[in-house]
Amino acid sequence: MAIDPHASPSSRTDPTLAAMKAGFDDDLFVEGADWETVVDAVEDETLTVNMGPQHPSTHGVLRLVLELDGETVTHLRPIVGYLHTGIEKNAEFRTWVQGTTFFTRMDYLAPLFNEAAFSLGVEKLLGIEVPERAQAVRVILMEFNRIASHLVWLATGGMELGSTTVMEFGFREREHILDLFESQSGLRMNHAYIRPGGIAQDTTDDFEARCEALLTLLTERLYDYEDLLTKNPIWNHRLRDVGHITAERCYALGVTGPLLRAAGVPWDLRKAEPYCGYEQYDFEVPTETAGDCYARFLVRLEEMRQSMRIIRQALDTLPGGPVMVADKRIAWPSQQSLGTDGIGNDPAYIRHIMGESMEALINHFKLVTQGFTVPAGQVYSPVESPRGELGYAITSAGTNKPYRVHVREPSFVNLQAANEMTRDHLVADVIVVVASLDPVMGGVDR
Amino acid sequence: MIELTSASATAFVAQAVSVFDVGDGFVVPLLLKLVFILAMFFVVPILGGYLEHKVMGRMQDRRGPVEAGPFGSLQLVADGIKFIQKEDVIPRAADPWVFAMAPGVALVPVLLVLLVIPIGPGVFALDLELGLFYALAISSISTLGILMGGWASANKFSLLGGLRAAGQLIAYELPLILAAAAVALQAGTLSLVGIVEAQATFLIPGTDINLWYLFPQLLGFGIFFLAAMAELARPPFDMPIADSELVFGYMTEYTGIKFAMFLLTEYAGMIVMGGLIAVLYLGGWQLLPGVPLPGCEGAGGIFDCGWQGQLLGVAVTLGKMMLIVFLFVWARVTYPRLREDQLQRMAWLVLVPLALLNLAVITVAKVVF
Repeated sequence: MAIDPHASPSSRTDPTLAAMKAGFDDDLFVEGADWETVVDAVEDETLTVNMGPQHPSTHGVLRLVLELDGETVTHLRPIVGYLHTGIEKNAEFRTWVQGTTFFTRMDYLAPLFNEAAFSLGVEKLLGIEVPERAQAVRVILMEFNRIASHLVWLATGGMELGSTTVMEFGFREREHILDLFESQSGLRMNHAYIRPGGIAQDTTDDFEARCEALLTLLTERLYDYEDLLTKNPIWNHRLRDVGHITAERCYALGVTGPLLRAAGVPWDLRKAEPYCGYEQYDFEVPTETAGDCYARFLVRLEEMRQSMRIIRQALDTLPGGPVMVADKRIAWPSQQSLGTDGIGNDPAYIRHIMGESMEALINHFKLVTQGFTVPAGQVYSPVESPRGELGYAITSAGTNKPYRVHVREPSFVNLQAANEMTRDHLVADVIVVVASLDPVMGGVDR
Repeated sequence: MIELTSASATAFVAQAVSVFDVGDGFVVPLLLKLVFILAMFFVVPILGGYLEHKVMGRMQDRRGPVEAGPFGSLQLVADGIKFIQKEDVIPRAADPWVFAMAPGVALVPVLLVLLVIPIGPGVFALDLELGLFYALAISSISTLGILMGGWASANKFSLLGGLRAAGQLIAYELPLILAAAAVALQAGTLSLVGIVEAQATFLIPGTDINLWYLFPQLLGFGIFFLAAMAELARPPFDMPIADSELVFGYMTEYTGIKFAMFLLTEYAGMIVMGGLIAVLYLGGWQLLPGVPLPGCEGAGGIFDCGWQGQLLGVAVTLGKMMLIVFLFVWARVTYPRLREDQLQRMAWLVLVPLALLNLAVITVAKVVF
């Protein structure tokens, strides 16, 4: 019997899918069919609106097919894949160190978390311990990155609610943080600064002074946001009781991060499974119980404060010493220094490998072209990214390249909750809810 | 008492002569008035738009436009030239005639309202006895243009935007008119020039302190201001446009000069509403309450002016308009956008009852004093 191509997708039966669907909300599953048929299958009483992939407030190229009854949303289908980059697949053809330069481009608002999660996984497979200074610097920069990411969330979220001022303010402060990143890694985004074995290069001399200045500035500016928004009547009206989700539904859908914490669950991997020495720092995991968009706003605002608390402690106890493992078989050999034409290879190091030591040259050549090998095995390394649990499941076949890297991306998982959170809300609330999910399409599509 | 008021109003209508009525001819005054209205229509909105750019920029830690013209003052002119050069796209599924007419239907009423707004002693095109009625009636025709644009674009976002606009403007017309009615009641006239005169001669009962209607009608001023903002679909009441939800609402499919006409409608609308607020609540071209303009005679020292008085009067009105534009911009910078249902709730459950209360209080006060 020929399959009717115009039949609505739900009319097709698939025993495997039916088994998977048992006990789940029907809406979570999409059976393989052309999206056009879904769009056409809706009855005439409702209006199907295609929001995105080109739309001012879909955070890049997220496509939302909305079924509207008047302006009330009866169904929301997020459709992803418009920014598919094939990074996971690409990584299988690159050495372990080259991998960081790819993964850092996935969730482009939290590049350091991607690098760190991948590096932690590789280090676990290698069975090496990263120097303390490198760990502390990772923590400081990751927490700054968390603040920068939350600032972009605040800025874009405010913009989507029509408050251009919040947009300007959020990006203004983020720019200062990116300046710090640039001063340390050479790049504003996509740094490839955190690498398996440590960090790419030691911090600059003015690193601590820069961090201190930034902390002072951010502390001050956070009060501005509170003044402008926390008690702002319209901000309250728009966010309160919108996009509600309970802790139980978060568990069922795998939702993590600020969304879960706003539903009252103090789950934070930095506390639950500390990495990079987070257990040394004293900080709190902010929670709210309302589970609505306003609760998420408060949680994220407080998280920025807590991040600053961690940075302050990490700066006070910043240890000296190397920033890369001592093992010459793993440590990236090249040394950088600042010359008259910018940052480049350190002349002293070049003199060493070109003129003094043949072994050093061979080692350099092998490491840079072929890379190191990683013992065969599997590892899952999760970190608490600004959006939730960011986990790298890495399989090594014992070669110089990963056999497979799969990423558990919080943006992707959290997006599942969008339909539940927007049902029976108005179109205007869809924007608020998607903003509060804070999805980054680079991470969703990978 | 009532007879006295109407007598003074009638007496005044006789002296309200436009400065443009020179000689006995028909053509020269008409041409002068046309030039005046068009100048008001093209220059003042650009002033208001420039103010918005700059004030918003400063409030958001930016500089605003700096390149086009001195201090970026010609940015909107440059924008206009750019819009004219753009391709005029009409969607294939659109209703071409309605689509093309909509920007005009939205724009022309704003131009027509400018006819009756006095911006200085004798500086107006027309002093209608029903000026206020005319202004409010004509300005609501703009909605029709927006609805036409939303309907004819053959775009769901446009349609939603057009419907939102219609719902919003119907809801906010009522508090706007009720607030304006309280002013007309207190002034005893619907003529806008008459209302300015009534404010110049209004004394606090039992004293001889002159006050503008802003003070006795503070509540009405607030209602009129909010409703005007909603009428103009200015943020935080810009749901018909709501770029983050509806792309650009009823303007989504418009390009080039037609889009520019919708934009001009918004800016000119701000000026018209600013002018109405200045006339209804802020004493029109009066510099300060109870202070006659230089070289002026007449009621309250604001009529029969020499050229200095006229110039100063025009400057004062423009200043008041810009003050209102500043307040519009301030609100835009501070507040995010309301949601459609919250907007309707605010109109029907807050503004309309308050406007009725205001009207009742003014009525009682009018009878008692």
